[in-house]
Amino acid sequence: MTVEKMGTVPLYNVGDRIRVRKAAPLGHIRTPFYIRGHAGVVERVCGAFPNPEELAQQRDGLPARPLYRVRFRQRDVWPGYRGNPADVIELEIFQHWIEA
Amino acid sequence: MIERSHHDMGGMPAGRARRTGHAYDDWELRVDAMMMLLVGVMGGEKRMTVDELRKNIESLPPADYDRMGYYERWVISLTQTMIQRGVITTDELARKLEQVQKRGLSPFSRRKRKTGR
Amino acid sequence: MKPAAGRYAPYNYFQLMEVSLRELLVEKGIVTEDAIAGAMAAMRARGPERGAAMVARAWTDPAYKARLLESGSRAAEELGFEVPGLRLIVVENTPATHNVIVCTLCSCYPRMLLGLPPEWYKSRPYRSRVVREPRKVLAEFGLELPARVQLRVHDSNADMRYMVLPMRPAGTEGWSEARLAELVTRDCLIGVAVPKIPKNPKTRKS
Repeated sequence: MTVEKMGTVPLYNVGDRIRVRKAAPLGHIRTPFYIRGHAGVVERVCGAFPNPEELAQQRDGLPARPLYRVRFRQRDVWPGYRGNPADVIELEIFQHWIEA
Repeated sequence: MIERSHHDMGGMPAGRARRTGHAYDDWELRVDAMMMLLVGVMGGEKRMTVDELRKNIESLPPADYDRMGYYERWVISLTQTMIQRGVITTDELARKLEQVQKRGLSPFSRRKRKTGR
Repeated sequence: MKPAAGRYAPYNYFQLMEVSLRELLVEKGIVTEDAIAGAMAAMRARGPERGAAMVARAWTDPAYKARLLESGSRAAEELGFEVPGLRLIVVENTPATHNVIVCTLCSCYPRMLLGLPPEWYKSRPYRSRVVREPRKVLAEFGLELPARVQLRVHDSNADMRYMVLPMRPAGTEGWSEARLAELVTRDCLIGVAVPKIPKNPKTRKS
């Protein structure tokens, strides 16, 4: 998997276990509410992209932020999830939404 | 709950997903086309970002968000974005809406307009 | 709401807004009517048949399949589909894994490849429930997954876009790419259906 040219060097790699920050700020946010606070594993590093939170406010969103695909177990995300315990949900998480 | 925006609905309870759908009306396709042109994806000058469109859609009052059709949300949000960007002004829009309405868009107007107004 | 055939209805507020916005933008030289018509025609030319062609190629050409899974956008361009700005990830169904796509936050979809998404994909029931109870939602669409199959739900919440590479049905050995592509519907590319050989022989479309 080739990695696009990064504006900033990504902190995390494929296979890293990370947790999404649990925060409820205002403005335009692309980290869904349901995934905040949950832990998952980096599935791939997508590249770096201008921050949509800033683009929405007519700012340029630079420097670009590393974006990761992160895989979460459904049974970790939803209480009482019924299905195969191996079922997963995968989303794109910006680096600044990953807990240090 | 204010902490969770109304559009951010993943995991919320809802009814059955129905395979509804209609063929898009021309006015809806024109809204879509205008958005494509204004965000610059067709090669023209970039006048806005899709992020601004989304932000404005997310700002719609929840009851309206639910009641409005997809392109109804788009046309309102697209127009708001153009006002925010200073491409058009509220006053220009008001005058244009009036003008278009007065032109009589349909051969069968519901109300007769008084002359001289 | 569409009026009954043969009956005019006055434009509603939203249609009035569209006309007004368009006229203002044209008057100011921001867009032209021709450019709007061109963009509409370009969108009409995009559709799920383009994704189906990519799937059929992948089913018959293992090297293309590898390239498709490596970079969906480049694989689309290889078949002559212009997809400016699209960052496409193709996810593969296997006997052990089934994939389904959603955008919970709005309606993100690989439009530049597949055209406009279906209405139900943008609806509250789909967006809310397919992340939380995907098996139930798929069953409502008529797709029953065995419990032993792993289900991967992909929420396209940021810059990437997704398409499912379904499994090739048994009994299609020796079929042409064109015939294979006919099996791949838009619903298969989203993951709420799987390709099926029609029970009755189809009359070939001209």
